[in-house]
Amino acid sequence: MSFTSQHLLGIEPLRQEAITEILDLANAYVEQNRKSERPDPTLGGLTQINMFFENSTRTQASFELAGKRLGAVVMNMAMQASSIKKGETLIDTALTLNAMHPDLLVVRHPQSGAVDLLAQKVNCAVLNAGDGRHEHPTQALLDALTIMRAKGRLHRLNIAICGDIVHSRVARSNLILLGKMENRVRLVGPATLMPPDVAELGVEVYHDMEEGLRDVDVVMMLRLQKERMDGGFIPSEREYYHRYGLDRAKLGFAKSDAIVMHPGPMNRGVEIDGEIADDINRSVIQEQVEMGVGVRMAAMHLLARNMQNQKGVMA
Amino acid sequence: MSILFKNAQLIDPSAEEVTTNDLMVRDGKIVDSSGKAETVIDCSGKYLAPGIVDIGVKVCEPGERHKESYKTAGAAAAAGGVTTIVTRADTDPTIDTPEALEFIRRRAAEVTPVNVLHIAALTKARAGREMTEIKFLQDAGAVAFSDGYRVVQNTKVLARAMVYAQSLDALIIAHPQEPILSDGGGATSGKFASLRGLPHVSPMAERMGLDRDISMIEMTGAAYHADQITTKRALPALERAKKNGLNITAGTSIHHLTLNEFDIADYRSFFKMTPPLRSEDDRIAMVEAVSTGLIDIISSQHTPQDEESKRLPFEAAASGAVGLETFLPAVLRLYHSGHLSLNHIFRAASYNPAKRLGLNSGRISIGAPADLMLFDADVPYVLNRENLHSKSKNTPFDGARLQGKVLRTFVGGTEVYRA
Repeated sequence: MSFTSQHLLGIEPLRQEAITEILDLANAYVEQNRKSERPDPTLGGLTQINMFFENSTRTQASFELAGKRLGAVVMNMAMQASSIKKGETLIDTALTLNAMHPDLLVVRHPQSGAVDLLAQKVNCAVLNAGDGRHEHPTQALLDALTIMRAKGRLHRLNIAICGDIVHSRVARSNLILLGKMENRVRLVGPATLMPPDVAELGVEVYHDMEEGLRDVDVVMMLRLQKERMDGGFIPSEREYYHRYGLDRAKLGFAKSDAIVMHPGPMNRGVEIDGEIADDINRSVIQEQVEMGVGVRMAAMHLLARNMQNQKGVMA
Repeated sequence: MSILFKNAQLIDPSAEEVTTNDLMVRDGKIVDSSGKAETVIDCSGKYLAPGIVDIGVKVCEPGERHKESYKTAGAAAAAGGVTTIVTRADTDPTIDTPEALEFIRRRAAEVTPVNVLHIAALTKARAGREMTEIKFLQDAGAVAFSDGYRVVQNTKVLARAMVYAQSLDALIIAHPQEPILSDGGGATSGKFASLRGLPHVSPMAERMGLDRDISMIEMTGAAYHADQITTKRALPALERAKKNGLNITAGTSIHHLTLNEFDIADYRSFFKMTPPLRSEDDRIAMVEAVSTGLIDIISSQHTPQDEESKRLPFEAAASGAVGLETFLPAVLRLYHSGHLSLNHIFRAASYNPAKRLGLNSGRISIGAPADLMLFDADVPYVLNRENLHSKSKNTPFDGARLQGKVLRTFVGGTEVYRA
């Protein structure tokens, strides 16, 4: 047993063995999900609440499906619509939730650290489904599983994460995870979309796409987060596409068997050429979605187990 | 009424070393220590120093008395050995008229055991459009003029206010930051902010703000105090301005001297300050600048915030920390670590701020007011924020191991606090 945490708030606190344990179980769930009969009562009798303070369709659906496949009672609360508009603080929300006695809380919030804060105040397991620009741990785990299955390993690979790094929690979680698993991580993007001093986190920084993609095994594209930009990070989308949009020519600098990933939703023609996104020989974007459900099942399964063990210790 | 402080470890900010000495106080003033005293206080092994003069204290009256009132701020100051608080004008409403100033002066005098002086706003409603009635406010008792942490962006308005203030010998206190660049940054750009995904501000914003202000002082001849210099990169500009003979002084906060950005750790909003906590390199440079005298003044930038405004995600949380009561133990960390002498500390905490405001306190000299603190520099303890006198308990030192406690505080020869 390697993953012993009560919550899954980020990749940063996880040890290599914990990551491996989650991925191994997720891999088994992916196989199970491909069968037509898949009764699994692991979370039977438990209540899972999805609280999304930020719009999301894909991640929320993935968590919902994962919970339901494991037999949990799943409830979705659309938070951006309700109480915060009425001025309720996050702590009050937490107290309200405690009174409902959920077992698993899946939270997405537009501010970095908000999910940590909530986790300190509730009495159940908390899963971070993305907090601000901080972390999105299940995305990094599903990306890792996708790479592992496509490449046969998750170490000593050259991986380029490209595009809007500064606004991306996906990039942060990924660079931490891939670093922990002993890969070489490159960040490729315009200087304005690069977090300050990011090279100190143990990555190589490139501002030229062709140089950055040279001989990599994995090309991970990020969405240009226009909604987080208050103007002036890039001159225009067409110049951005020209310099950083992934097309056939730029991909030609990567290894011939390099895979292309994207966390979605994609801006076709901005950061990625539609033709590449749909190329079944290179793109693993559909697999990423599939891995997502398996990873979330595994994460919730292990959190429920840790919760059970915790109760055992206390009893 | 006379008191003899016997065998004190006397900290005279103008001296280089602590001496064992007696100090006599009569009728509220320090006098020649010959003659008999009605009260004798044995100070053996204890330090006696001029009380702290803290420039830039936020008392949330009027407007937010639930965060701090003159009564609670006064109690906190007395307990912290702060014998003079100089309040900020950034209340609600702003202290920008002589009437508003008279109101808070009356409030302060009624309930506050320590000396209270007031900074008035430099521009009306701190909106940066029109200067306040500087002469009227001066007559009503304002000791300096400042828009607090708001920067007057319109240089024409600022130039006129500076020229006008200069003609009245009025001191302007400013917050040197390039306001557009620093907007929205709760953390300093760098590895920490990148790792935590926090909106960040380049430390260069401070130098740009200071550079602009120095040009303005050179142009207008105004008397200017920078409330907080917190970055290494701003220091050469400050040094040059002083060398060129400009009427400029600079402060820094106890928090920027004793904490760095990594103390924010897992989004601890009690460590959210304005300007944000800096790198360890910056912190060390600030300590060095205080020891050389390049930075003149240490302040607490006491900013009470209630739980509701602090217990929020880091980005949304209010900025600032209470500091009156933790001023001494925090700054003593630098004494215990061997970075600052006690004489240095009290030069920056008492003597220099008093001198900058034209007060004759903050010193150990005959005729000076007997604003004194008696303290134990070594006693160790763990701070419990619930024990603070401030109404708001937003201290970054909750649970911290500290050394040094105020034993007694005197204002004008009258005891206002005893531990």
